[in-house]
Amino acid sequence: MSATFLKSPVPALGRLTISFIQELGRIAVFFFRGFFLIFSLPLQFSKFIQQIYFIGAKSLIVICLTGAFTGMVLGLQAYYTLVKFGSEGILGAAVALSLIRELGPVLTAIMIIGRAGSAVAAEIGIMRISEQIDALETMDINPIRFLVSPRMAASIFSFPILTALFDAVGIFGGFLTGSMLLGIKPGIYFSRVESSVLMEDIMGGFIKSIVFALLVATICCYQGYYTHTRTEGFGAKGVSLSTTSAVVLSSVLVLIADYVLTSFLL
Amino acid sequence: MINEPLIQLENVSKQLGANSVLDGAHLSIYRGEITTIIGKSGVGKSVLLKHIIGLMEPDSGEVLFQGIPISQMNKTERKAMKHKVSYMFQGTALFDSMSVFENIALPLKERTRLPDSEIRKRVQDRMEQLDIKKIDHQYPSQLSGGMRKRVALARALVTDPEIVLFDEPTTGLDPIRKSAVHHLISDFQKKFGFTGVIVSHEIPDIFYISQRIAMINDGIIHFQGTPEEIQQSEDPVVQNFIRGLESRRDALTGMTPHPAGAKRFKEGMAWLSRRKLPFSIIVLRLDNLDEINEAAGHAVGLTVLKNFSDQVQHRLRITDTCIRYGFNTIMLLLPNTNSEQARLVCSKLAQEMKGDEIIDNDAYPDFYFSVSAGFAEAHKASRLEELLASAESTQNTFFEFSFT
Repeated sequence: MSATFLKSPVPALGRLTISFIQELGRIAVFFFRGFFLIFSLPLQFSKFIQQIYFIGAKSLIVICLTGAFTGMVLGLQAYYTLVKFGSEGILGAAVALSLIRELGPVLTAIMIIGRAGSAVAAEIGIMRISEQIDALETMDINPIRFLVSPRMAASIFSFPILTALFDAVGIFGGFLTGSMLLGIKPGIYFSRVESSVLMEDIMGGFIKSIVFALLVATICCYQGYYTHTRTEGFGAKGVSLSTTSAVVLSSVLVLIADYVLTSFLL
Repeated sequence: MINEPLIQLENVSKQLGANSVLDGAHLSIYRGEITTIIGKSGVGKSVLLKHIIGLMEPDSGEVLFQGIPISQMNKTERKAMKHKVSYMFQGTALFDSMSVFENIALPLKERTRLPDSEIRKRVQDRMEQLDIKKIDHQYPSQLSGGMRKRVALARALVTDPEIVLFDEPTTGLDPIRKSAVHHLISDFQKKFGFTGVIVSHEIPDIFYISQRIAMINDGIIHFQGTPEEIQQSEDPVVQNFIRGLESRRDALTGMTPHPAGAKRFKEGMAWLSRRKLPFSIIVLRLDNLDEINEAAGHAVGLTVLKNFSDQVQHRLRITDTCIRYGFNTIMLLLPNTNSEQARLVCSKLAQEMKGDEIIDNDAYPDFYFSVSAGFAEAHKASRLEELLASAESTQNTFFEFSFT
């Protein structure tokens, strides 16, 4: 690869660009197929519930833990900064806004990638290499509808709820350090939260979490689904590579998308 | 109409990576027949099968279904075609995170709107027929290889397909189960009249149940024809392959398999013409094997067959040859024996054989087992087929013995 790149850089760059665009196209097609098949009849209600349980319900503890500690550390950090300016009273606003606008959606997405996204990629990848996806095809069961759509629907459903939970627990965590530990009056903390957070902030956070849901579900399913086309490794190794790239790629894309969305939403 | 192939492969070529796997293969598969594809490992038998169901598309050439190229079908036609076809994977491809029941029920659940009770009934029927009861709640990884094969078979057959493609359905099974799966495929085929395509190495077992054999070699279909034609073929590639795979003993019964038996027969005839030594055959046919299979399951039927053949073999002289001539037919070659002596052997067998040696009477109290026996003495220039026919005709003394 690198040798051809040195010998003829322009064609190599061209090839690389074309394959990148092609990959993007494939992901887009994959996404649209998965998304629209959510609404195909008969609805796959029981699979949808199963996936909500797996992606959503089973992530509850992780989300509560990370939310609580994120809020607590925010309270701590923000307090020591704000106290220099004598404005520690607005701690509630600082904690709530940074959680609702940024940290809530992003950290929730990353936690779910680690917990459920990797599992989804590995599960679908193993189904691919053991011919289970081919078996679905021979039974005339659309594998994308069967495997991807319920996971995508469950992600769209679970991400905003988990984000909301993360925000709520985080704000309470900020209260624990800010008020209980450092002595800001609870009334001041919560009244600042209430007066500073606007509906736009909450909507912005939800929009982010829905976009992240689509992104994460698509990337993780896609990586698993096309495990067999990897050239760097086959079989179990292919699955491990798929899982890794599912996690890395979707985390990076979440952060990039977060920047893009923030610049549009602000 | 009858002679129009159901599925046709025309000049199909396929390249996988740097290997050219298929290189202009022609194959015709006829409705209501079992076609077996044989060939060395890695010559593209599975690839051929995957082309038929559309899992792979040919680089060049066409796959025709009822005369229509699959590549030119629209979505609805393709769907309609897929609904008629089932595929049994070599590696079973069971869904490992679903229970056995869910696996078998899946095609029905996803594709039909049958009520749950009906699905349950159909799945349990298939499980019973395949002798895999009471494992509904287990997962594929908890089962043995043979069990998994049968679960995969149940899943392929549960939708009552018109065409079933089997990719090595018996690899990794013990001889009894192997024969049971063959019986089962053949039985189901007779009962439902599906068209079967089997990829297999089980020579000569597979000849008993197939109507057509196609041998693949060097990317093309080297030979196509009936089992008799392939066994009589003088093509060196075909002969080498068949001889190489054919075991000297039938794996199930320990008897000499049919083609090797034909050779023994020729030897016997040579003795007859040179030394004038008499030479007779006895044909034993297990009349109610099908009934036993139906009533008690294939495993029992084959155990009976095995025990019966053991008993027969114990009572023969060392020079005699016991040949498994067909599914339920055993042929005994008795050199240096005239027809009177053959009759004596027959009656001795009938007297000595006991039911409890064939099967455990306590387990199957109503067991009943019937064998018809006939014999014939060879004459100069008799052919094996003629001799068999005369042994089975009513002109010869005809013994029937049953054990209960």
